[in-house]
Amino acid sequence: MERDSKLKTFVENIKFPLLAILLSFLIGALFIIWTGNNPLVAYGALLSGSLGGLDRFGQTLLKTTPLIFTGLAVSFAFRCGLFNIGAEGQYVIGALTTVAAGYIFNSIFGDLPRFIFIPLVMLAGALGGALWAAIAGFLKSKLGVHEVITTIMLNYTSIHVSNFFVRTALNPSTLEGTTQKAYTVLLPESARLTQLKEIIPWFGYSSVHTGIFIAIICAIIAYFILFKTTLGYEIRSVGQNSHAAEYGGISVSKNLVLAMIISGMFAGLAGATQVAGLNYKVDMAPISPGYGFTGIAVALVGKNHPLGVLASALLFGILSNGARRMQIEGIPKEVVGIIQGIIIIFIAGERIIKFVSEIRERRNRKCNVEGVN
Amino acid sequence: MLSIIIAVVASALRLATPLIFASLGGVFSERSGVVNIALEGIMINGAFFSILTTEFTDSPWLGVLVAAIVGILTSLILAFLAVHLKADQVVTGVAINLLSASFTAFLLEIVWHRSGQTDPVENAIRAKPLPLINKIPIIGDLTSQLTPFVYLAILAVIVSYYVLYKTPFGLRVRAVGEHPRAADTVGINVYKIRYICVMISGALAGIAGSALSLGAISLFREGMTAGKGFIALAAMIFGKWHPVGAFLACLFFGFTEAIQIQASTLGLGFIPSEFLQIIPYVATILALAGVVGRAVAPAADGVPYEKGER
Repeated sequence: MERDSKLKTFVENIKFPLLAILLSFLIGALFIIWTGNNPLVAYGALLSGSLGGLDRFGQTLLKTTPLIFTGLAVSFAFRCGLFNIGAEGQYVIGALTTVAAGYIFNSIFGDLPRFIFIPLVMLAGALGGALWAAIAGFLKSKLGVHEVITTIMLNYTSIHVSNFFVRTALNPSTLEGTTQKAYTVLLPESARLTQLKEIIPWFGYSSVHTGIFIAIICAIIAYFILFKTTLGYEIRSVGQNSHAAEYGGISVSKNLVLAMIISGMFAGLAGATQVAGLNYKVDMAPISPGYGFTGIAVALVGKNHPLGVLASALLFGILSNGARRMQIEGIPKEVVGIIQGIIIIFIAGERIIKFVSEIRERRNRKCNVEGVN
Repeated sequence: MLSIIIAVVASALRLATPLIFASLGGVFSERSGVVNIALEGIMINGAFFSILTTEFTDSPWLGVLVAAIVGILTSLILAFLAVHLKADQVVTGVAINLLSASFTAFLLEIVWHRSGQTDPVENAIRAKPLPLINKIPIIGDLTSQLTPFVYLAILAVIVSYYVLYKTPFGLRVRAVGEHPRAADTVGINVYKIRYICVMISGALAGIAGSALSLGAISLFREGMTAGKGFIALAAMIFGKWHPVGAFLACLFFGFTEAIQIQASTLGLGFIPSEFLQIIPYVATILALAGVVGRAVAPAADGVPYEKGER
């Protein structure tokens, strides 16, 4: 009986996102036809490019990894009623502190064993992101400044802050006496995550790394915090009705800051794993990588549930990796961006469906009245 | 030295121009109670379609008009979802931004068969010395470096101020943004006002985009707005949701950018360029935090209005 109702709510929950995805692909197909291509061929390329073979799937998982983190970041904040548009900036700062920690620990302690060094740099990335998010959380809880505006402003600030350190304090020219470079010093070898192809050769050319497991573990941790702890209960209460929560003795301001900090930790880890698993450095970045904004889409499609985020991050990973294959087939990869945008529009306008059914109802009623007459 | 100062002032005015249009757009939308994060996306659409139109019709002013129309069409997505369907305005804005960035890049490939950027259009809107005025010593030098967009932007500020503060329509807009229920009670159509304001916002942001492409580098480049829409949003907040305030904030932000570009000529090379670049963002956060005169949003900003709800 209870299981039945659980299944029912599950179906009820995923029904709408699935419909939104389906509709978006249908509209995307129109754009593909516009380019003079066959949508079936295009979507076939998309799927085979992202799932056909372990090497391609590995590359899809590589793209999925940061999206799980940013998706978790956005959805965790959402649960507390906060809209963290700043995952982007927290990612940038997290990546920066990861490289900084790698250099600092390495120069103090020399070569650390991996099982110590990797957790250390991950922690540094998480703390960097948390600190950056805490600014917005603090301003919200103490001064009532809307987090949407502060996190947007902090996104752009973060890029310039990062560029400043890449250009100066963390540049190889400062630390290693080389010529000026457009990137930071490299992360020491023993702080880097293992790429899966080193263990399983079938992953071929793909660069998927153990960060994917850290991401999955984080999703489970987020689930546990949200649904199995007092902190999670309080955060969700504040998110659902902050006045009622306050009345019930829950400190709204404390939970707002905490939710923002935890959210920032996830986004910071996105930067940390990207640095430790793939790039090993931070580049001068005039434009941001966009994981934070895609993270919003991931969170919305995943219904702000950590396990839903896992599934929707994979979807967006498939889209982003498959886009390359579509490009090879001669279809502009921007189609994928268009599909992503339309998915969010449908999710945002959940009432579109309701709206359409209302019109239909009204028309039916009208028909009935006319029938009576 | 004088010529350097004139160059900096002119460059500041040119850089501020797209921001002025877009932030005025923000003022209209948010004064009526609709948060417009989509300025960035509307701008990129305006930037693209103004170049597209000019390329094929050879008429840049038609390009500006089309940019405004495309801006209105884009803003209708926001209006429909946010006003009609009461969708989350921020989420909708984010979606429009993502969609517009991809859509323009997509059209770039369809029309020009390449990615990155278009060719420069021959007939762009460029700086022109004004007759008579260019004979006046300093002002003549300055004005000869300004495009017509600059004057148009200043005109837009005056008109916006007049409309919002001196007309019955403006009073209605502000009433709807502060207390939609009270406005509704006295017979103001809240939905209609919000629709109109979001559309004005779209037109202005579209023109802002054309000022960025047609009025500056004569071509369209993928992602060329590069956060300008958000700086305009920041200017609107820093200017306390007031047309003149937003205008002054845009000038201030334009100056910081101009100084940053000219830093070495001005002998300011010792200031890290990043410090100057973060000024608009940090200033906005400080303004919101109340450090430099508290900025307070219209009371009903971002709140969907449900008729007949208590």
